[in-house]
Amino acid sequence: MNNLWDDSLSGFWSTWIIVITLGSIGIAFWLLYANRKTDKTPDADGNVETTGHAADGIEEYDNPLPRWWFQLYVGTVVFSLGYLLLYPGLGNFAGLLGWTQEGQWEEEVARAEERFTPIFAQYQEIPIPELARDAEAMQVAERIYLNNCAVCHGSNAQGGYGFPNLTNDDWLYGGEPEQIMQTLVRGRNGLMPSWQQLGETNIENVTQHVLALSGLEHDEERAERGAATYASVCAACHMPDGTGNQALGAPNLTNDIWLYQAPGQSVADSVRQSLRNGRNGHMPAQAAYIGEERVHLVAAYVYSLRFRD
Amino acid sequence: MKHEIVEKNVGLLAVLILVVISFGGLAEVVPLFFQKQTTEPVEGLRPLTALELEGRDIYRREGCVGCHSQMIRPFRAETERYGHYSVAGESVYDHNFLWGSKRTGPDLARVGGRYSDDWHRAHMYNPRDVVPESIMPSYPWLFERALDGNDTPRKMQALRTLGVPYTDEEIENATREVRGQQEITALIAYLQQLGTVLEGTR
Repeated sequence: MNNLWDDSLSGFWSTWIIVITLGSIGIAFWLLYANRKTDKTPDADGNVETTGHAADGIEEYDNPLPRWWFQLYVGTVVFSLGYLLLYPGLGNFAGLLGWTQEGQWEEEVARAEERFTPIFAQYQEIPIPELARDAEAMQVAERIYLNNCAVCHGSNAQGGYGFPNLTNDDWLYGGEPEQIMQTLVRGRNGLMPSWQQLGETNIENVTQHVLALSGLEHDEERAERGAATYASVCAACHMPDGTGNQALGAPNLTNDIWLYQAPGQSVADSVRQSLRNGRNGHMPAQAAYIGEERVHLVAAYVYSLRFRD
Repeated sequence: MKHEIVEKNVGLLAVLILVVISFGGLAEVVPLFFQKQTTEPVEGLRPLTALELEGRDIYRREGCVGCHSQMIRPFRAETERYGHYSVAGESVYDHNFLWGSKRTGPDLARVGGRYSDDWHRAHMYNPRDVVPESIMPSYPWLFERALDGNDTPRKMQALRTLGVPYTDEEIENATREVRGQQEITALIAYLQQLGTVLEGTR
């Protein structure tokens, strides 16, 4: 891949840039000197040289440039030559300082790594349940959480429509340290297929059955009829008793917690919608973005939420 | 040369001004057209698919570029937040560039894969639903309109003349791929591929 970062130029273009750049500076300097006047003493008759412009008898003196202005101009030329000597600017000439913007970035990153690596390494040693009790570590972790996780799970970690609440003890994929780590490092893909093919009657029956599982108000007779469909279609993932399966991320249907209940929507409607269209929850893997060390801290933060009010 | 000649011939003055100004462009811009770094794609770069291309055009139409840049500069503060800094080889198939120059919202150069499709849908429908303090406008009409894909093949052909390596097959299937899709789907497809070519995004 290295050659794609190669910013070198062919000899022709390198020369092209050098000639134009130095040429421009040279011409600018020549222009200054070619037009320079130093003599402003009147001649023998007391006449002063003018520019020859005359309007209503008023003439313009042709005086030399103010000295400070002239010196400033010379100063810019000297500065530009010094700059081109030290920094990259003249074609392939890298400059005496060897400065590159990538190099500056690498230095900046290295300085930060030097400072932060020991801190993260120290946290890395501590098991998640213990780390979750470390107030200082949790302050660091909270910042990382707010920067990376809060966009979906909310700054209070209570989630939202379609985004799981992390503060209750209902876990789609499990709330043990290893399971939280797994979720963060590898991400999760929850998939509930659409059951449109069951037909509206069956969907309604299963919906009533699911409401019954959570002890919500339901149509007794329809729930009864839905039980058979539930057993043959839903129980494989959500378990016969409806308690779900964390290995698959199949939600528990008995605890009256509904991930996909939109604001203002009834539970029955949200269940119907899930059955008709299916659901596809996706948690992006975080390790590639924030690195394993920070993932460890965030996992501890998520774990710590259970101790908080 | 006498001042007077230049000052009293506006045409000549204009020509000389153009000559002087062109030096900057000749030295700074022209060599870029012949530099490897700016003309060769990074490894693994592919042209946008038909759907992503339509998404890009929605991105342009809605003026996303006015508030979101797609250009991560090589500063730690930026690479920590957004991922690896942008390189020229990632943009060789972009016509025009959508680098932007203003960040009212965050940079999007590597937003691909950061959030789920569902999140993008919720966010675009009403940003406040997922980010309470957001000042981004809502784009509910993207959920109502569907694409017909009539112009997609011609857009791809135009890009091909500019050097984007679309195959005949891709152009032929473009309309079929795009037709009937919601605009929001196309936009999200475009967003989800942004900046995903470079490995080691941190």
